Amino acid sequence: MINVLLWLPLAVGFVGLFLPKKATGWWATLGAVATLGVAIGMAVGFDSSSSGLQYTVNTSWIPGLGVEYSLGIDGLNFFLVLLTTVLWVGGIAFAAFRQQVRPQLFFFLMLVAETATLGSFLAQDLLLFVLFFDFMLVPFYFLFGAWGHDRSGEGGLTAPAATLKMIVYTLIGSLLMLVAAIATAILSAKGGHLTFSIQALQQQGLSTGSQRWIFWFFAAAFLVKMPSFLLHGWMPDAYRAAPLPALAVFSGVLAKVGAYGFLRIVLPLFPAATIEFQEVILVVALASILYGSVMAFTQTNVRLIAGYSSVAQLGFITAGIFALRADGSDGALLQMVNHGLVVAPIFVIVAILVERTGTEDIREMGGMALRAPVLAALFLIVALATLAMPGSANFIGEFYILNGLFQAKIVFAFVAISGVAMSAYYALRLYQGTMHNRKPDGIASREIGWRDGIVLAPLVLCILGLALYPQLILHRTDPSVKQTVAAVTGGPAPKAQLASTPVIGAENPKIDELGVSEP
Amino acid sequence: MNFNAPHIDYAGISPIIALTVGICVVLLSAVFKPTKRLAPALTLLTLAATAGLLIWQWGETKDLVTGALRLDDLAISISLIALLTAAFAVLLSIREHAAEEAGVGEYHTLLLGSVLGMVLLSQAYNLVSFFVALETLSIPLYILCATNLRREGSLEAGLKYLIVGSLGSATLLYGMAFLYGGTGSTGFEGIAIGIAHGGLTGDPLVMIGIAMAAVGLAFKTSIAPFHQWTPDVYQGAPTPITSFMAVATKAAAFAVFLRFFDVALGPEASDWQPALAVLAAISIVIGNVGALGQDSLKRLLGYSGIAQAGYMLGGIVVASQSGISSLVFYLAGYAFMNLAAFAVIVARERETPFGDDIRAVRGLGAERPLLAWPLTISMLALAGLPATVGFIGKLYLIEALVEGSYTWLAVFIAVGTMISLAYYLRVVAAMWMGQEELAVPAIAGASPEADPIDPDAGRRWYLVGPALICAAATVFFGIIPQPLVDFASHAGASLF
Repeated sequence: MINVLLWLPLAVGFVGLFLPKKATGWWATLGAVATLGVAIGMAVGFDSSSSGLQYTVNTSWIPGLGVEYSLGIDGLNFFLVLLTTVLWVGGIAFAAFRQQVRPQLFFFLMLVAETATLGSFLAQDLLLFVLFFDFMLVPFYFLFGAWGHDRSGEGGLTAPAATLKMIVYTLIGSLLMLVAAIATAILSAKGGHLTFSIQALQQQGLSTGSQRWIFWFFAAAFLVKMPSFLLHGWMPDAYRAAPLPALAVFSGVLAKVGAYGFLRIVLPLFPAATIEFQEVILVVALASILYGSVMAFTQTNVRLIAGYSSVAQLGFITAGIFALRADGSDGALLQMVNHGLVVAPIFVIVAILVERTGTEDIREMGGMALRAPVLAALFLIVALATLAMPGSANFIGEFYILNGLFQAKIVFAFVAISGVAMSAYYALRLYQGTMHNRKPDGIASREIGWRDGIVLAPLVLCILGLALYPQLILHRTDPSVKQTVAAVTGGPAPKAQLASTPVIGAENPKIDELGVSEP
Repeated sequence: MNFNAPHIDYAGISPIIALTVGICVVLLSAVFKPTKRLAPALTLLTLAATAGLLIWQWGETKDLVTGALRLDDLAISISLIALLTAAFAVLLSIREHAAEEAGVGEYHTLLLGSVLGMVLLSQAYNLVSFFVALETLSIPLYILCATNLRREGSLEAGLKYLIVGSLGSATLLYGMAFLYGGTGSTGFEGIAIGIAHGGLTGDPLVMIGIAMAAVGLAFKTSIAPFHQWTPDVYQGAPTPITSFMAVATKAAAFAVFLRFFDVALGPEASDWQPALAVLAAISIVIGNVGALGQDSLKRLLGYSGIAQAGYMLGGIVVASQSGISSLVFYLAGYAFMNLAAFAVIVARERETPFGDDIRAVRGLGAERPLLAWPLTISMLALAGLPATVGFIGKLYLIEALVEGSYTWLAVFIAVGTMISLAYYLRVVAAMWMGQEELAVPAIAGASPEADPIDPDAGRRWYLVGPALICAAATVFFGIIPQPLVDFASHAGASLF
């Protein structure tokens, strides 16, 4: 079943190459929906009390090099897989409603990207992970480069140049990660049997000296992907160049692969280095929060406002993970899903607004809510979720993150709190600047059609659903997260801890705070 | 007096015999029946027969010609790579003006002669056979480079290659003389024993010999800083010959490089390892930086070849079984990646007025998808992206390097790969993201250098076929690499 989930998009995409132009978009949408169906089917059968891997597949792939084809689902990647399949349905359906140049190739690449992304979430073999992680870039390279926008007239870069910049940036990290992954396996094997299995590597352990440099090779790859402050140079150009349907899934999911990599690989495999460099990463994360927020205040391009807000949000998520406490990481995982669910609709809405106004400059937009109450309402929900209004799942996520951070490093928590306040400013600025204010002349405010409605509504429903019941995620991620964090802190065995922990009440976070605050 | 005729292992030397017979037949066929079809067909037949005999000998390890040659899996695997490349070069040479000008029979005879040199070189097991094989390989290539008689660039390439190549050979020969003087033996194993007795650092004679031999080999494998000829010669030579040189020469030269250093100089590996590692690092940097901004695709591939040679040298540096296996794997993968690219370049050279300029592939994605896909796959594979054999090759090399405690060189490979993306992806961008170039009307009485344009070249089976086959192999072995890993690890096991 897990194989079907992984390879179905690719197979659908390949068939789509040979379909007539008009059919290919619908065929691709169907494929994405089917993939979502498979994912939901697996979610139903998921055993939420277990911290171990489920639906595992283990086959020898390149025995000569010790590489295995090994997949599995646990609490860490469960919801990220669902998020991926949900957002891809949205992105592909949105694109299918519109005319595309060379549609067969466009949808093929979109679906290849889905397989690659799912692969990097599902992979339980270090090398398989690296392979999918690198491979994700290939379809996006073509999507951004060939279907992107030329910004050379506006002081930016042409689409191919912007994409090249993105590729070079992200591959700096990825290729070093390849070296680091191989070094991890060889140094852990100590001359014995060579394996890349993440679980086996965790048991073998690695000397602290090796962990130090390997940690940074991995961290570089993940921080570039997010992107985090100082490594975000590719982001503005790439975000301006990208076609919006592809950007929605890119921003919604790919950034999370970096954060997920920390949880899946860095924390369990390099615990000593993680503790040693905890504060360095926290500083980087806080810098991302502050820098991203400030840039989101000042940018006038709506894509970049969303892009920089993502930098800030990913800073939050990183900070949560590097609190090195179960509640921080729980919150980070919840927040990854939340952020994916809000940033994708934002880009879809931005695409709709850009089609209406013909500009991406927030100063030239405005008044769009006038005759479009439904669009405005949907956007408002998304905007309020972005700023983590109490009652939204984002609020719970940020609360958990801050809670973890307070107990771990209180000074950092104080700085991080300012990020919560700042997010209110940029989210509302984006909303007001486009929907309210004076409507410029010559632009008509129209209600969204049913086509965009059925793309947006399910995403907004997901946001609302999670707001009502965040426990859905927290409950399932918690056992795996505890195990991951315990690998670093050397805490008690996760099973025992689970039994003694009171049921986490998401609606009333205070109870939860008491529950997990034991040292 | 009793004479014993020396034992001759005819089975072992049968591939060499087959090639030699083939050379004579192809040359004579050109004399008696000078058609354009016969010589390529006979050449392909010869190559196939040789390959068959080599596969028959797979798994054997034996000394031939009183120890001058050694047939083992390493030799066979490298020879097979060279034969495969030669076969593709023959296909790419169909209707090539250079071949027709030089005489189809002679052209193919020279090509086979060079292949013979490669097969011998991959088996060379003493200094004399090493040198003779190297010259057998090189001299036909000097001529082949210059076969495009009307183009100044081609003649220049031939001359340049001749002079630089001779310099490399002379250096190598001089080094060999020192080695013989220092160890008293020409056989690789004898040298190893001689060095083990004397100790490498103790004898300046041997040290000088090794250094000069390394320089000579670096010339042949286009390792920086002995690479300057490579871009010029690659650009000037007829493109099918460039593809042959880029892949087959490199494979054969690396085979002997490997044998010479890992067998003859193996006992003192720790003394030459750092030096070779530095050469590899220099190559990676110079090759990758040099390729940036190149508009000529052949020059670009020339510089990329220098960088790739640097990666491959890593396999020799570690002097281990996995090092050799990774090198053989990389060479095999490199053959597919490069040949796919060269087949497309040949097609576009004949189809457009731009020659091998990057403008020739602009808009190819829309115009000729069957050519654009192979070139795209080839570029992504050379850049080492996943789902291609290039990724697995790098993975294998890096694994060998880390195992051999040369992690810093592995990091160099990673950084070099990153730089290389800038130029490989430029080609990809030109194909898929560039505007289609407005067809420039053929200027009446265009420069005498320009070859006539064949507007259907992009659809010819002998160009599209090789491109598609090589691209398919690149992807296939990127997803299911185990067969190729087995092939390479057999080769690696034969030396240790």
